Formats: sequence, C-alpha cells, structure tokens
Amino acid sequence: MLEITDLHARVAGKTILKGLTLTVNAGEVHAIMGPNGSGKSTLGHVLAGREGYEITAGSVRYLGEDLLALPPEERAAKGVFLAFQYPVEIPGVNNTYFLKAALNAQRRFRGEPEVDSMQFLKLTREKLKVLSISEDLLHRAVNEGFSGGEKKRNEIFQMAMLEPRLGILDETDSGLDIDALKLVADGVNRLRSPERGFLVITHYQRLLDYIVPDRVHVLADGRIVESGGHGLALQLEEHGYAWVRERRIGGAA
Amino acid sequence: MNSTDTLEVPASTGMAAVDEAVRKSYEHGFVTEIETEVVPPGLSEDVIRLISAKKDEPEWMTQWRLKAYRHWLTMSQPDWAKLTIAPIDFQAISYFAAPKKNQPKSLDEVDPKLLETFDRLGVPLHERARLAGVAVDAVFDSVSVGTTFKKELADAGVIFCSFSEAVREHPELVRQYLGSVVPVGDNYFAALNSAVFSDGSFVFVPRGVRCPMELSTYFRINARDTGQFERTLIIVEDGAYVSYLEGCTAPMRDENQLHAAVVELVALADGQIKYSTVQNWYPGDENGVGGIYNFVTKRGDCRGARSKISWTQVETGSAITWKYPSCVLRGEDAVGEFYSVALTNHRQQADTGTKMIHLGPRTKSKIISKGISAGRGQNTYRGLVKVEKHADGARNYTQCDSLLIGKRCGAHTFPYIEVKHPGAIVEHEATTSKISDDQLYYCRSRGISEEDAVSMIVDGFCKQVFKELPMEFAVEAKKLLEVCLEGAIG
Repeated sequence: MLEITDLHARVAGKTILKGLTLTVNAGEVHAIMGPNGSGKSTLGHVLAGREGYEITAGSVRYLGEDLLALPPEERAAKGVFLAFQYPVEIPGVNNTYFLKAALNAQRRFRGEPEVDSMQFLKLTREKLKVLSISEDLLHRAVNEGFSGGEKKRNEIFQMAMLEPRLGILDETDSGLDIDALKLVADGVNRLRSPERGFLVITHYQRLLDYIVPDRVHVLADGRIVESGGHGLALQLEEHGYAWVRERRIGGAA
Repeated sequence: MNSTDTLEVPASTGMAAVDEAVRKSYEHGFVTEIETEVVPPGLSEDVIRLISAKKDEPEWMTQWRLKAYRHWLTMSQPDWAKLTIAPIDFQAISYFAAPKKNQPKSLDEVDPKLLETFDRLGVPLHERARLAGVAVDAVFDSVSVGTTFKKELADAGVIFCSFSEAVREHPELVRQYLGSVVPVGDNYFAALNSAVFSDGSFVFVPRGVRCPMELSTYFRINARDTGQFERTLIIVEDGAYVSYLEGCTAPMRDENQLHAAVVELVALADGQIKYSTVQNWYPGDENGVGGIYNFVTKRGDCRGARSKISWTQVETGSAITWKYPSCVLRGEDAVGEFYSVALTNHRQQADTGTKMIHLGPRTKSKIISKGISAGRGQNTYRGLVKVEKHADGARNYTQCDSLLIGKRCGAHTFPYIEVKHPGAIVEHEATTSKISDDQLYYCRSRGISEEDAVSMIVDGFCKQVFKELPMEFAVEAKKLLEVCLEGAIG
C-alpha cells in the first residue's frame, strides 16, 4: 500500500532523508528504529504532509497514487494517520467537537454521509471503552493541559475513531510508563487487520514487545541500513546503535 | 498603577499562505432604492432646530440639544486612542435622513421596500415571519420604521418603542433619565450625538417585571453622506430584568460614514440588564477605502444595590471602532460585566475596551476581552478599572487575550488600574498568541481544511464570550466571524 523509493528530503537547507526506500503492504506492521537525528520523525511528517520539507528526489506511492502531490487533509481523508510525537494544544476547542469535525470532513471528502451526533457519541463510547480511556478526556479542549500520557492516548483514540488505512506512530511510546505503554500497544493491536498497515517509529525496542512487528528497519543518516524480523530489534537492544554503525563500516570495507 | 504593554507581531515565522491577498465579502452591502428626505449637509443651531422640528419635539428637548451643541463647539476631537483617523468634515455630513413615505401608524402601513430590506437582513418585521420570542425595533437611517410585539410587551408593562416616540409619549421618563448616565458634555462624540441624535430605542421595565422576551434593535444606515446618531435609553426598575440586543449593517460605499451613538443604561436595586451587540457595519474594502467610523459612548449605571449590568459585544465591522461600554458600580454589591470579541481584518482599526468604576462597597466586575487581528488590522484593548475610596471589598477580574493571524497585523493592550481602597482585589491576566503553523498542520493532518481549522481555532478562542450571547445570536456571531475571516489565510 505504501511504496517509498529513494526518498531525499531537505528541511531548512539541511538534507535529512538521503535515499530512503521502504515498502509496506496492507496487513503489515513495520517498525522504524534508529538513533536520534537519523530522520525518523522527518519521515513521519513527510508522509503526513507537513509544510517546509523539500523533496529533492524520490517518490512515495500510496494506494497507487502520488502521495506527495496531495495536501495533508486529502492524505488524511484517504486514510493516512500520523500519531504525533508532540500533539498540539488547541485551546477552547472541545476534543469531541474537533474529532467529529475531522471525521465528517474525511467522510465528506470520500462521498460518505456524515455521522450525526447520536451516532458519533455511540462510536466514541465504544472506542473509549476498549481503550480504557476516561470519558473526561472528551469534554476537555484538544490536548490542553493533558499530561504527556494523556496526549499519547488521545492520539491513539483519534486513530481508533478515524480508522485509517495507514497508521504512522511517531515515538508514541516516548515518555510513557509501562501501563500507558501497554494501553497504547493494545489500541494499535486492536486496529491491526489485513487491510491496514502500520509504520511504528520508535527509539526503543520496548514497545515492540507489545506491538510485534512483521519487519524491523534501522534508519541511520537518512536511509535504511538494516532490515530484518523482530529479532533485529532485540539485537539492537543488546548491542546499541553503535553496533549497526560498525556493521555498516565493516560491510563497506 | 498604570501599565502598558504593546506587542507588534514579529515579521518572522512561516505561514506562507497568510501572505496571500486577503479578501472578504460583505453580504449586507446592498443599497435600498427609496425616496429619502435628507437635510442638506452642515451643522448649525438652525439644523438642530430643524431636526427637532421634524421630530415634533417639545421645547425642552430642543433646548437640551442646543445646550449640547454649544458645549460641543468648545470641545476638540480626542486623539488619545491608538487610531489613525482621517480628518472629519462635520459640515459635509447630513444629520438627518428619512424615507419620505414613512409616517406609518402601524407596521401594516410600512413601505414594503423597507420591510423587504429588513427581510433581506434577516430581521423580518411582518407578523408571519417575526423572530419568535424577540421583539424588534428597526431603525432605518434617522428614523424608526416600526417595533414588533408592542402589544404583548405593553401587557407585561414593558415600554419598548423608538426614542422619538418616547419623547412624545413618555416625556417624564425621558426627562428624568436622559443624560443622567452620559452627561451632555461627557466627551466630544457624546456631545455631538446629544445635539443631533436622530432615533434609537427606548426601554422601560417597571419594578419587579421580567421582560417576557428578548428586545432587539436593528440599525441600518442606507443614505449616502449621512451620519447616524442613535440614542438608546434603557431603564430597569427595582428587581426588573431585560435582555437587549442590537445589530448593525450598512451599504458598501467608498466614503467613510460617521456613526456616533450614545447608549445609557440605568439599573435600580436588584435590576438587571443584559446588553448584547453584534456590530457589523461596513468595514471598508481590503485597501481601507470606505467603511463606517463607529464612535460610540455606552455606559451603564448600576444605581441600585445588587443591580447588575452585563455588556457583551461582538465587533466585526466598521473601518474604525472607538468604543468603551462601561459600568458605574454605584449601588452596594452591584455587578458589572464586559465580554468582548473584536475582530480587525484588512485595514480595520479598533480601540475598544471598557471602564469599570467601583464606587459602592463589595461591587464586583469582570472583564473578558478577546481581540483578533488579521490582515493589516490593528486591534487595541483599552480598559480602566477604578476603585474609589468607599468601595470596600471591591473585586475585579480582567482577562485580556489577543490572537494574531498573519504577520502584518497588530495587537495592543492598555490596561489602566486606579485603586484608592487598600482592600480592593484587582486581577489582570493577559495573553497574546498566534494561530500557529503547528495547529493548522495538526488539524489538516486530521482531515480538516485550513479555512475550517482557522474558524475552529478562532471559535475556541472566543468561546467564553459567545456563551454569554443569547442562543440564536451566538450562532449568528460565529457565522459572522467565519465570513469576516474568509480569505484571511491562503
């Protein structure tokens, strides 16, 4: 469903992605691991459509379409969802209202009927229950005054409500305690299905104990330097990112 | 303590889309073709006598006007506001304009063209389509066209009529209260208004009566080169209550037009007045050509113990707004409130805020001001909180927030605080924020378009004020804000 080919991207004059190639098929969960500054978050934002990134080479095909040609809201309507590492606060805008506006905007775009308040409320209740999220979250302004954990859970809740085809999690595990981590993982696992793909960006292997990936990729200096099964993540955990660097240098020599 | 802080928007940071031309449609900009009687431009004692004669006023009223005029001649236009005002030629303005055929005895006799005009503005006056639960006084240029639900209100003991009618029918009430809150010589524009005021609304709610419906006045400027000088007087007696709303629009014209109104509110013991304004005078075009000069004096006198006056304003129109709805908290335990949303887009300028004057013991006031600047708009909050020496236990809370859209606009805050009682508690909070790229990106990544994201964020910003408006007008206000911000981004 997602085909990234030789992607080069620059932000503020600095090249971050330097020839990234990656294919995610429907039904698969891919983990992207890598040291700080390797380009993990950039990848997430380039896919979601944040402004300010200059694509200097390469392409991204999503469901047969040129993803990079679409504005962010169209990508969303077509099923791309990015769970933010740092979700943004929108003071005074009710969380439920925001989510309903988002869901209906997407549905309108796809030519589907909008959901009314009753249907929406029912849907929220269902999702909240399975995610063990308190209803109190719904009545607050979007991310305003949320704790770090609440923000991350709210992202997963949004993902559950919007039911994307491609879910991208940008370090959703960072700053979470083990219970919150399990909740987040559980939320993702419930959404796993044969028609849905996931890109799980993480710094630590810990999350992958709970969201078991089909493939693990190591991103270093803007490109994927190593791919493998879940075992790769465990090796990384043991040896650290320096190990990858050494192997690369070794391989090059 | 006097403190001033001014914030100019930094010229850096992204949001490239904002730079694009801002354009907006003003949907009330049409002109009604109707035969109008206009007094030739110019201002003199003769013109004032003529206006007074046209309105069949008693001699005391004429003298009152002349006294105001003579005082006005000794004054000069204030220049302390953070506004750039082109010189006003007061001799080039016509001070009275009225539809020729308008001498209707009842609404059935009103010129259909006028009814149609108000229909188009969403304020139907005829029986079938009247707004449920809202009585309307419709003012067209210098005269009141008609007032709905008069009988129902009279049955409840409430007087709601045009100001001219009040002068004729209830002279004792008018004489007792007119100018008692805003004296003739209060300020330059109030003095001018006192001399030449044309029409407006009069409300009297007797002791113990809760007005059974919302009262509303709709002001429409139509004629060219005329000023509108309306005068509104609202009195609630002991334990009475009224909720009043005014709306305003004008055609799109290339020259500036002057609107200098005076509104006086009086609340006796336990009386309550809730006064809401949705001001959408023509703001001029995106280059700042045309538009209304909205120079208004609004003041409420909480004369009795435990009385309460609450101002809510949504100001989106006018080229220039100069307006400070105030409360004089005279009675003990009196409460004054001011909730404001002021939006300036394109080249609009607003210098607006409030004055809360605490005279009585345990008086309380609350100020919530939300300023939104877009385009090249300049938005200033100017507020005074004054606690006099007998106001033992007085309290004030002020929250003053500015939201900036784009990088060519400005937001300025001038809070003045004067406290003469050591026991007073005065709180002031202020914030300035921008709609950030990150907020817009976050909304868009969830499927919400940029334009919808902006109105959602603005709406969230204004929520505290909108919830003070009567329900049906809150919806209007929200829509109005959306229209006014159309094209403010990308």
